[in-house]
Amino acid sequence: MAATTETLARPLPQVVARDVTRERGGWTSWVTTTDHKKIGIMYLVLTFVFFLLGGTEALMMRLQLSQANNTLLDPQTYNELFTMHGTTMIFLFVVPIMAGFGNYLVPLMIGARDMAFPKLNALSFWLLAAGGVVFYASIFFSPPECGWTCYAPLSSKDYLPSGGVDAWIYLIHLTGLSSLVGAVNFYATIANMRAPGMGWGRLPLFVWTILTYSVLLILALPVIAGAVTMLLTDRHFGTHFFEASAGGSPLLWQHLFWFFGHPEVYIMVLPGFGIISEVLPVFSRKPIFGYKAIAAATVVIAFLGLLVWAHHMFATPSPTFVLIFFMLGSFLIAVPTGVKMFNWIATMWRGTVEFRTALLFAAGFLGTFLIGGITGIFLAVFPVDWQLTDTYFVVAHLHYVLVGGAVFAIFAGIYYWFPKITGRMLSEGLGKVSFWLILIGFHVTFLIQHSLGLDGMPRRIYEYADVGHLELYNLISTIGSFILAAGILVTVVNVVRSVRVGVIAGPDPWKANTLEWFTTSPPPVNNFDVVPRVRSVEPMKDIRRQVERQTGHAAAPAPPAPESALQA
Amino acid sequence: MNRIPAALKPTRRNSRRVALATLAALGLLLAFAGAAFAGAIAPESGGSPNADQIASLYKLVLAVAVVVFLGVEGALFYSLFKFRARKGAVAAQIRGNTRLEIAWTLGAAVILVVLAVITFSKLGAIRNPPNSGPNGAQLADGVLVASGPSKRLPPNGRSLNIQVNGQQYIWRFTYPDGDTNDLNNAFSYQEMVVPVDTTVTLEIRAQDVAHSWWIPKLGGKFDAVPGYTNYTWFKIPGRLAGKVFTGQCAEMCGRNHANMTAQVRAVTPQAYEQFISRRKADIKAADAAAQIQRKRLESSGP
Ligand code: HEM
Ligand SMILES: [Cu+2]
Ligand SMILES: [Cu+2]
Repeated sequence: MAATTETLARPLPQVVARDVTRERGGWTSWVTTTDHKKIGIMYLVLTFVFFLLGGTEALMMRLQLSQANNTLLDPQTYNELFTMHGTTMIFLFVVPIMAGFGNYLVPLMIGARDMAFPKLNALSFWLLAAGGVVFYASIFFSPPECGWTCYAPLSSKDYLPSGGVDAWIYLIHLTGLSSLVGAVNFYATIANMRAPGMGWGRLPLFVWTILTYSVLLILALPVIAGAVTMLLTDRHFGTHFFEASAGGSPLLWQHLFWFFGHPEVYIMVLPGFGIISEVLPVFSRKPIFGYKAIAAATVVIAFLGLLVWAHHMFATPSPTFVLIFFMLGSFLIAVPTGVKMFNWIATMWRGTVEFRTALLFAAGFLGTFLIGGITGIFLAVFPVDWQLTDTYFVVAHLHYVLVGGAVFAIFAGIYYWFPKITGRMLSEGLGKVSFWLILIGFHVTFLIQHSLGLDGMPRRIYEYADVGHLELYNLISTIGSFILAAGILVTVVNVVRSVRVGVIAGPDPWKANTLEWFTTSPPPVNNFDVVPRVRSVEPMKDIRRQVERQTGHAAAPAPPAPESALQA
Repeated sequence: MNRIPAALKPTRRNSRRVALATLAALGLLLAFAGAAFAGAIAPESGGSPNADQIASLYKLVLAVAVVVFLGVEGALFYSLFKFRARKGAVAAQIRGNTRLEIAWTLGAAVILVVLAVITFSKLGAIRNPPNSGPNGAQLADGVLVASGPSKRLPPNGRSLNIQVNGQQYIWRFTYPDGDTNDLNNAFSYQEMVVPVDTTVTLEIRAQDVAHSWWIPKLGGKFDAVPGYTNYTWFKIPGRLAGKVFTGQCAEMCGRNHANMTAQVRAVTPQAYEQFISRRKADIKAADAAAQIQRKRLESSGP
């Protein structure tokens, strides 16, 4: 490639990044690294391990529920499992894996050589790991049993004296610190280290969502940190913040928790939206439809997301005015979310849609997340919520939102960026098998759960009597969960296999739009030797066009991998 | 600008198809929305007007939801199939269309305004208890009329006010029986007995951790939170005397949360009065027995 460009009269942006010093190998190079790419990879791998742990816990619960009055698990174990599962999926998987993608990709996408504070970046990762270790160590003693919401007064020392709740509190603190440090780092990086010419209107949409994610973390995390500290002092130092008999208030805990908890939902799904906004235009061969509207909708969703927390508390003793305020606020969020949905579909409209695995997962995201959004409207209508809240309808809704909105996007991201991160392609065949198993398994597991809730089954129960259709519905759901698990395993196999034997990807196998595809795959330590000037939201298109113009169609700086290679 | 009509062309053909599909689905939905399918696609109802109103509000939301669902999924699948990459196909390089984007923003907003209006129109019937019917328990002053919660009483101010107390892992019900001291009132655990055609108001409290009161056919959930009182009501139609409505605690309250069930037995007003006097007598007898026991213990000394 260098040979082609040398003959040109004017210097061109080109892939000339080379390692100057040999990279150190071995495990110490990982433990001591401050390179955003290595940290990003560690984030992705560690959080995926937690995903598999959380998934195993889910399968155990589904086995217990596959039959009425089942005695496979005792009530204590069941309560520990849903607490571990929910906490793991949220605090150790979805939130930090988004930080993992952000870590790896943000500097590359904005043309920077690293994050603003590389050492703090390493600190973020190790705080996360510490949080996971502290929390999982509790399985050797007694894990918490109060759900991921740990409502007071059940979480007080009187009712749960064991250290499980304390382990949960330390997990919140450690992962919270990790996210806060990371958020400040993302903010500083995005604000200060963009390539020349990359104004706010040319920031890739994924980076917009990571920026918004960071701001939301900075606003929401201090509140939960305060709340769990109050819970800790209630438990051990004689305060009574949440104890009604001593003048405290259990509802205060719920308000503080959800003031954090609802923004947390957007913290989990907004970066997923960002991934979708990157994948769809590339595989539709069309620019994103309404860049500004999508970026603006991201910010509006985040803002409104801070104002709807009490829609989780419609059944509590609260004034009607409060119920109405939070109902209307929740309605309002549907507008920018709908706008995004329409813009994504319009991005494919009149494009040429290429059914790569990444695109399939993005399409699965659109179709699935839509259902979660719609059931969210049911829950926002507070009289209707009185029937639905705390039932399996909510379990279905939250999985449609979190698996549909975050996990499908994460898988799209894995299939899309794996070639950049490892330099090798994932197998498309295995990818498609994985996609269809996950899609079918997911809907078989969770669609029927809406009916379970409507049929009277509360969430968080370890057993149920065989009344109505409960046993049939539950069995269907359990079968679905194993199909879903098989689909996830296929991707694990695909990744493990492709890291070693996957087809070499080249710098830009998808003919993508953003700067991470400008450098080699995997990128060298310094990312770019030359940072190109950015002239649009799709700098790679400009670069390809420029090269074509100056050299004829023969040489592009990033030749796509041969078609046959992509089918591997 | 002249690109826009072309961009919209496929939409028109598509929208007719979507409209047809929507109509078909709405028809199906109405057919399914009968009571037989309550519990599968709609919440349970039938025991009290507020539960019925919630179910009908739910069905209205469902109708709107089905239209939105079919419209958006239709557009999604249409784009996936119609615009898949083929030999010779060239992607149109459209970057947006401000008018179209404003239109669908407003469209989404209008749908939500409609939902809000529907909700407000139903709110009164769900929130506010009606008067008891003519065949209900006679709530004579001082006998059955509860002093009642300060809010949420029927228009005539008379309801049978039962106190519901959640505790790990059982519900306790205290009935008004004329005695002003709650501690002397008739009570029962797990099964609440109520007269039909009578407006029953509930004062819901918790004694240890948070619980949630829920009998699906009698209306929604109301959390029992320590330190707070929550209110709801139900009114079981006369023809349902003899029926038992079941439900269970809906807020995680500890290891045996799954076993914290409750039932409401609807009886005629006469049967209800008998039930209360029997409970009173039982309690008196138990008290007397306890008194004797205590005397005996006291006289026998430490
Ligand atoms: C892999 C497939 C999954 C299955 C089969 C599954 C299954 C379950 C089950 C059985 C429960 C307990 C329901 C109950 O007893 O109330 C549950 C709860 C939950 N799940 Fe999942 N889940 C899966 C994936 C996920 C993912 C990816 C997330 C988050 C991103 C997630 C988040 C949650 C949360 C927050 C709860 C509530 C926990 C609580 O009640 O405290 N799940 N899930
Ligand atoms: Cu929320
Ligand atoms: Cu309970």
